[in-house]
Amino acid sequence: MTTTVHHAAPDARYLSVNNIEVIYDHVILVLKGVSLEVPKGKIVALLGANGAGKSTTLKAISNLLRAERGDVTKGNVDFKGARVDQMTPNDLVKRGVIQVMEGRHCFAHLSLEENLLTGAYTRGISRTELKQSLEKVYHYFPRLKQRRMTQAGYTSGGEQQMCAIGRALMAKPEMILLDEPSMGLAPQIVEEIFEIVRDLNSSEQVSFLLAEQNTMVALRYADFGYILENGRVVMEGEAKELASNEDVKEFYLGLSSAGRKSFRDVKHYRRRKRWLS
Amino acid sequence: MQFFLEVLIGGLLSGVMYSFVALGFVLIYKASGVFNFAQGAMVFAAALTFVGFQELGAPFWLALLLAFAVMVVLGVLTERIVLRPLVNQPPITLFMATIGLTYVIEGLAQGTWGATVRGLELGIQDEPVQWLMEATDIGVSKFDLFGAGIAALLVTLLALFFQYTRVGRALRAVADDHQAALSIGIPLQTIWRIVWAVAGFVALVAGLIWGARNGVSFSLTFTALKALPVLILGGFTSIPGAIVGGLIIGSTEKLAEVYLGQYVGGGIDSWFPYVMALAFLLIRPEGLFGEKHIDRV
Repeated sequence: MTTTVHHAAPDARYLSVNNIEVIYDHVILVLKGVSLEVPKGKIVALLGANGAGKSTTLKAISNLLRAERGDVTKGNVDFKGARVDQMTPNDLVKRGVIQVMEGRHCFAHLSLEENLLTGAYTRGISRTELKQSLEKVYHYFPRLKQRRMTQAGYTSGGEQQMCAIGRALMAKPEMILLDEPSMGLAPQIVEEIFEIVRDLNSSEQVSFLLAEQNTMVALRYADFGYILENGRVVMEGEAKELASNEDVKEFYLGLSSAGRKSFRDVKHYRRRKRWLS
Repeated sequence: MQFFLEVLIGGLLSGVMYSFVALGFVLIYKASGVFNFAQGAMVFAAALTFVGFQELGAPFWLALLLAFAVMVVLGVLTERIVLRPLVNQPPITLFMATIGLTYVIEGLAQGTWGATVRGLELGIQDEPVQWLMEATDIGVSKFDLFGAGIAALLVTLLALFFQYTRVGRALRAVADDHQAALSIGIPLQTIWRIVWAVAGFVALVAGLIWGARNGVSFSLTFTALKALPVLILGGFTSIPGAIVGGLIIGSTEKLAEVYLGQYVGGGIDSWFPYVMALAFLLIRPEGLFGEKHIDRV
């Protein structure tokens, strides 16, 4: 393998999502033509409010949609020049794309270590190789090593998130689709997890596409960002540009040009009519 | 005292027989969350197939191998035809599907091999062990001991398989969380096929032992019903639970029959296990060894 990486070159396509439309249950139109690019070795953030279609976009890429009766009805997804939208998740993981699902989804009755071991299922490797991979994951998540024999169901939210990311790492992915890693976690833990993501990105060359509601944190760690609204990309750009954009500040960061709004200035809506009186 | 011990040991060993059937349920429930009502029919079909091949002139080992092959094919077909189209349906739908499957398997087995009652010979006599009889005056059936030995072996193998192999771990992972298993690239369909094949193998072993004891007839399918109290006691998700549950059910039903039966007119061993199961549901619904539902609050 040559080490000359052509990333950032606009024509060196890595993961590209081209105008996909997703319909759930044959009737509910969730994505109305989403396109995005993740260049090799970059962290790309997918931002937006609840129900904007972030998770659906990730699942459309990882092919977990079908298990939820969703279907990509238009458009296509390419990874390293090959079309991947009709592949099974098993094939896709073998190709190096793996999703860490929203809400962690650790195997509650398996110990943390067993959880990690299941992540290597698709590789079919020897015990010594397995040990090495395990040690590598423990290097990034020393906390998991301390509690390796604990059943995952009894660990904290932060540990479960680490477990889920670690489990994905065991598959030796090139690209991780990380769905809402900050969900329900204390700010300090969120910071810790994003630091590890950055670390993995720079020293293991794993590319990330992360869906986040926590716009502030996500834009701080990402290289590039897309903002989704109602199943469409409404804005895209370098993370720094987005973070300083007035609209983004106003709508997603709770800041306006007049500085932070105080609750005192917000007009209260009073109900005129009492229903029960 | 001797009489008590004899009843107790007899009961424990017959309990092992229930465990065999319960094991098949546990395997499929553990890996796919489906309560496979057809397990009893599979036991029957396996025993019938084995005897059928023997009647065609196949020697013991060949008949065993062929019957195993048939059970594997049956398992794979079940996954393909029944379960795969029903992925993502609620558990009750899958349960109903397995009830339908019960009739299909029974019909196929009887249609292929005929419905007459047959004997099954494993070459082990149902007689007391001589030296034990002389030494302690307690009669323990050789056949029952043999069954218990097979059970111990089977459970050890399954436990090792689930705990230490890649596929075993994947099976447990799938049981815990389908979607997460899918997301890390575990192919669900392959896993389900393996589980049904293993359950078919367990059904074959159960069918051979039950068949050798009671003859191979349609009534074998009802042995599955005796597995229910065993499962409730031991927990639906635990292999050791299936064994311990079987031991408890087996021994208490025999002891109850001998010591309580005389006061209520006898024949209570047919319903006593269900009373126990009912009582147990009130005290500990997940069973002795069942997995507790872990919830984060």
